Amino acid sequence: MDYVIEMLNIRKMFGTFVANDNITLQVKKGEIHALLGENGAGKSTLMNVLFGLYQPDGGEIRVKGKSVKITDPNVANDLGIGMVHQHFMLVDKFTVTENIILGSEPTKNGTINVKEAAEEIKKISENYGLQVDPYAKISDISVGMQQRVEILKTLYRGADILIFDEPTASLTPQEITELIQIMKRLIQEGKSIILITHKLKEIMEVADRVTVIRRGKGIKTLNVEDTNPEELASLMVGRNVVFSVDKTEAKPTDEALIIENLVVKDNRGIERVKRLNLEVKRGEILGIAGIDGNGQTELIEAITGLRKVESGKITLNGIDITNRPPRYITEKGVGHIPQDRHKHGLILNYSIGLNMVLQTYYKEPYSKVGILNYKNIYAKARDIIDKYDVRTQSEFELARALSGGNQQKGIIGREIERDPDLLIAAQPTRGLDVGAIEFIHKRLIEQRDNGKAVLLISLELDEVMDVSDRIAVIFDGQIIDILDPKKTDENELGLLMAGQQLEKNEETPLIDQTGEAGE
Amino acid sequence: MSNRMTNIVVPVLAVILGLIVGAIIMAISGYNPVVGYQALWEGILGDSYNIGESVRTITPYLLAGLAVAFAFRTGLFNIGVEGQLIVGWFAAVWIGVVFDLPMIVHLPLALLAAAIAGAIWAFVPGVLKAYLGVNEVVVTIMMNYVALHVTNALIKNMSDGSDSTERIHESASLKSSFFEQITDISRMHNGIFIALLAVFVIWFILQKTTLGYELKAVGFNRHASEYAGMNVKKNIVVSMVISGALAGLAGAMEGLGTFGYVAVKSGFTGIGFDGIAVSVLGANSPLGVVFGATLFGSLKYGAGNMPSAAGIPEELVSVIIAIIIFFVASGYIFKLLLEKFSKKKEVK
Repeated sequence: MDYVIEMLNIRKMFGTFVANDNITLQVKKGEIHALLGENGAGKSTLMNVLFGLYQPDGGEIRVKGKSVKITDPNVANDLGIGMVHQHFMLVDKFTVTENIILGSEPTKNGTINVKEAAEEIKKISENYGLQVDPYAKISDISVGMQQRVEILKTLYRGADILIFDEPTASLTPQEITELIQIMKRLIQEGKSIILITHKLKEIMEVADRVTVIRRGKGIKTLNVEDTNPEELASLMVGRNVVFSVDKTEAKPTDEALIIENLVVKDNRGIERVKRLNLEVKRGEILGIAGIDGNGQTELIEAITGLRKVESGKITLNGIDITNRPPRYITEKGVGHIPQDRHKHGLILNYSIGLNMVLQTYYKEPYSKVGILNYKNIYAKARDIIDKYDVRTQSEFELARALSGGNQQKGIIGREIERDPDLLIAAQPTRGLDVGAIEFIHKRLIEQRDNGKAVLLISLELDEVMDVSDRIAVIFDGQIIDILDPKKTDENELGLLMAGQQLEKNEETPLIDQTGEAGE
Repeated sequence: MSNRMTNIVVPVLAVILGLIVGAIIMAISGYNPVVGYQALWEGILGDSYNIGESVRTITPYLLAGLAVAFAFRTGLFNIGVEGQLIVGWFAAVWIGVVFDLPMIVHLPLALLAAAIAGAIWAFVPGVLKAYLGVNEVVVTIMMNYVALHVTNALIKNMSDGSDSTERIHESASLKSSFFEQITDISRMHNGIFIALLAVFVIWFILQKTTLGYELKAVGFNRHASEYAGMNVKKNIVVSMVISGALAGLAGAMEGLGTFGYVAVKSGFTGIGFDGIAVSVLGANSPLGVVFGATLFGSLKYGAGNMPSAAGIPEELVSVIIAIIIFFVASGYIFKLLLEKFSKKKEVK
């Protein structure tokens, strides 16, 4: 059999920790090979070994049958291995062409020959149906388009083995569909793809084969047509996973949060939330669905006091909290799982224990007359760690050292333990694996069942649809519709999210419109 | 290797390596390194007088290093320690000269004045940084010049045009007859107690109080601190004020201890700037500052013995001292090497 990439018994250790324990990954020419595993399972380590960022402690790498030693990313490039990173590595103020040639600029008489490069990029783009304008500025194009620039970058450098690292994390449903088309096109043109993901749906849809790794060990390689999401999930997590979110009917009571005519500007002074109205009731989970950048971030920051409200009113339990400082709002009963756990949620250089009292350290029993009581702080931390299954060596471990899922479980534990009346969960499961997602969804529903109000903001449609009791669609700073998750589907939501007001007509062929909406 | 072990082994290794390179330079330049280092050693610990003077040099370094380290923990780079020290020096001497009070009131008052003067000098850049986003590095540097020239003018004004003030009253002095006696009349003074007390207090604030928890949180991650409901702006100002107070106290060590007066200066004392190096040597921790100040202060003082005792020119002495400090400061290179070394061993 023709393998383009063979990673045989790759072993990589960090100190005494075995990140890759004799993993074997064999990618055939012209296939999409998915690499599936939980966070911290060793996917990134394995790919970094392939890309030359890490040196393996054991094992062999063969590219197109030849044994190679990949000492740095340049060697990987020369071997035709290209990586499409999850976080795009693009210069905002540069054009597409300038970004692509960055680092290997073609010169002519000492000046950069942009024109020739642009021609070539255009040609490649047309070849693969990428539809990228070589002269567009990165800051002017959509996230989906930026990703295609990343793909172009690898193709321009002659890659024929492409690694996609969590490529759909920041895309809309329509953009995901397009990406899948592009990947299929790449295969047709003879490229091979390694797809790193933990989204089972994508694997089922696009991959030919899948290699599952768990806790640093290669578990199994399967043909996608011979398997199903349930099997993959249990292989990945090591136990059976419940997919459908198990919940009873919501019993909403009175409003906990009322937002009236809210206007909020972003850092550049542009209105992002435009006379928005919203209510969240006790005993319900209200999900906000929307494409990133439609005012979600500004809305959350305004509610939690992190951003100034221009006009309008926010009421919590009948108390006006508009433009009050964060501590006031926190003390009045708002819990907040922030969307960026590293920026807002944690002090990474503090121990996980100290992070567990981030909003309460100044209160008894954690401190008294300004003196910290470490005994009580760490006792509380221990409590949260046990209760919320935060996997860490101890409560004294730096928050930085924990995996994303465990950091998130810690934050969620901290917020819920403060017993807030309103829990704001902003993309609570971003980047987490199915096991952690299942756990977090359960906790959110538990809050609801305890009569708390939960506001869930997510870019994952599945999540919004599975967990919410009502779905509010946000577009351009306004709630344009509120839907019952049981009476809607992805297509309808996708269209609303793209700003198309839906004609309430059951006969409308939604599929066709989806294609247009993505343009 | 455990973390704690690395933290001890690395600086020790760095000092040894610095000494070796310094020796090579001496040898190349035609001087006997053994004689040179012997002179250095004697200059620091050779007799009770030198020990006393070494301690005297270390004292203001402790406070200046502490000032830099404290601000640094809140993510602020206080380059204005020099200026804050100068105003603190002046304020302490002014109280010491103008008032005549019982010692139990006079000395604390003079120290307090120094701390307040330094605090005010740091308050300005703190407020500008917190509320207007003005870079504290630029402002503190400029405030250094203002401090230097304003105090010079005040000194002349106070002493009718002469270049130096009168001596402070004995009731405001940190002088210690006990220390003078045991160190062969060196200028070692009671300020060392104040400096060590300050080390303890700062350690306590940073490690044990909610204030320290907040200040460090702000230093590590402003956004998360804001999210947690801390008043980031207030914390920045508080951090600068405490840092400035420490710097002012460093000035008081010179004014009330070493000299007992303040003279017109043609340039900076350098103690404030060296405080940055002391802080870096000590990894910005209070206990580390004790190590940094001891190394810096003793080398600085002891080196003075090398030209006379070993005939090594002053310029070369400066180079050697700088190299030793350079190696210690770049200690993280050793850390990296150590880690790599120990990792390789583990794998095998």
